Amino acid sequence: MIRRWLVALAAALAAITPGVAAEQSIVLASTTSVENSGLLAAILPQFTSKTGIAVHVVAQGTGKAIDTAQRGDADLLLVHDPDTERKFMDEGHGATRRQIAWNDFVIVGPADDPAHVRGGHDSIAALKSIASAQAPFVSRGDKSGTNAEELRLWKQAGQTPDTLNQEKWYRDIGGGMGQALNAASAMSAYTLSDRGTWLSFGNKGSLTIAVEGDSRLLNRYDVIELNPQKHAGAKLDAAKVFADWLVSADGQEAIGAFQVNGERLFNPSAASPE
Amino acid sequence: MATALATAVALPGGTALAIYPFRGRRWVVVLINALFGLPPVVVGLILYLALSHSGPLGFLELLFTPAAMVIAQAILAIPIIAALVHRAGERAWARYGDELICDGASRLQAIPPILAIIRAELLTAVLAGFGRTISEVGAVILVGGNIRGLTRTMTTAIALQTSQGDLPLALALGAVLVGISISVSATVFALAGPARAAGSDEV
Repeated sequence: MIRRWLVALAAALAAITPGVAAEQSIVLASTTSVENSGLLAAILPQFTSKTGIAVHVVAQGTGKAIDTAQRGDADLLLVHDPDTERKFMDEGHGATRRQIAWNDFVIVGPADDPAHVRGGHDSIAALKSIASAQAPFVSRGDKSGTNAEELRLWKQAGQTPDTLNQEKWYRDIGGGMGQALNAASAMSAYTLSDRGTWLSFGNKGSLTIAVEGDSRLLNRYDVIELNPQKHAGAKLDAAKVFADWLVSADGQEAIGAFQVNGERLFNPSAASPE
Repeated sequence: MATALATAVALPGGTALAIYPFRGRRWVVVLINALFGLPPVVVGLILYLALSHSGPLGFLELLFTPAAMVIAQAILAIPIIAALVHRAGERAWARYGDELICDGASRLQAIPPILAIIRAELLTAVLAGFGRTISEVGAVILVGGNIRGLTRTMTTAIALQTSQGDLPLALALGAVLVGISISVSATVFALAGPARAAGSDEV
């Protein structure tokens, strides 16, 4: 009884608040990088005008996005942390996982380069230099894909989260990519960024790219459809239409055509090195 | 925008609860005043968990909708409005209540005159509630999801622009938001100006 009342109340509330009315919509839980870089804002209108399906993007970072999907609050995932994704698939939450784009991570740092790492191509050696120089380093600390990649690299450089968090020069800010770049810019610190967010970021200050071109810095973005058995409530059909579009020739072209200041931020998977 | 509506819903509820004869329910008043300082992020988190599909109210399918944001903002604004209205109403009741009853009015009939006496305070209460809803970001970004064109508000847009490093745009949006806030409050006070000058200024 109370339940019926609440449903009616919710419907009334939804009716009086602005929003997209009749058309179909899905909730896409995604990483902050594809949203902060402007990629989704650029390609979604093409998809929506073709299919009439509106895609509501909730940008959260990979860890949170996967949690959102597990709770049943998203219809589709767009993420970039291979380890977490594999776990999600192994636990049977996902139906398919397809790569849609890739770019790479870069280590950015202040122009005066206190750790003397600029121009290198070995991310592990660079992190070791930063640690021994005790140069400030900003960590996302938010369980995002970039945060996971950063911790993987630190592990190869002989550091664990426990040892890092005892260091004064290691600054865990617990925020998105843009926040981390703002913090690094303000503190003249190094940080790991995905290239897309870095290129479109508007407050670089004295930050420049210090290390790039290491094969360990590859960054792949995957779209994951949810398992209908575990997520019966989700709008999986409409989600599938979007996932299929992302890997289709049209979607791939849209991703490849997205540029900021004349630079391509995301490479379509057709051009994948994997 | 739709948040002012939530405030409007909160006001009569708060008024009734505050002005109506207290049946020894001092606790309610204490509670409401305590909720004044309700941390928005906590409201957001609890509402997020409740509205999530795996939460108790998940069947309503309200998470990541404007409606969820209105609920969050209303929850935050209600204690503020209710507490301010209660305080003013209590004082007016203490001073004029007996007279009104003597004039043969029932308690229910006494409410309109009391409200008329404290209308300036009502205004302040509503504006305080409005201030809370328009400046809110923590709860709204959690339950709304900051979806472009659907649940993106001025405050969450500022947060997003800042994270994209577009500080000039973020600042400009901030200026617009402050401007809206000032003009709303100025308009309201201009409309209510003559009434306010009449009295009930000594607090």
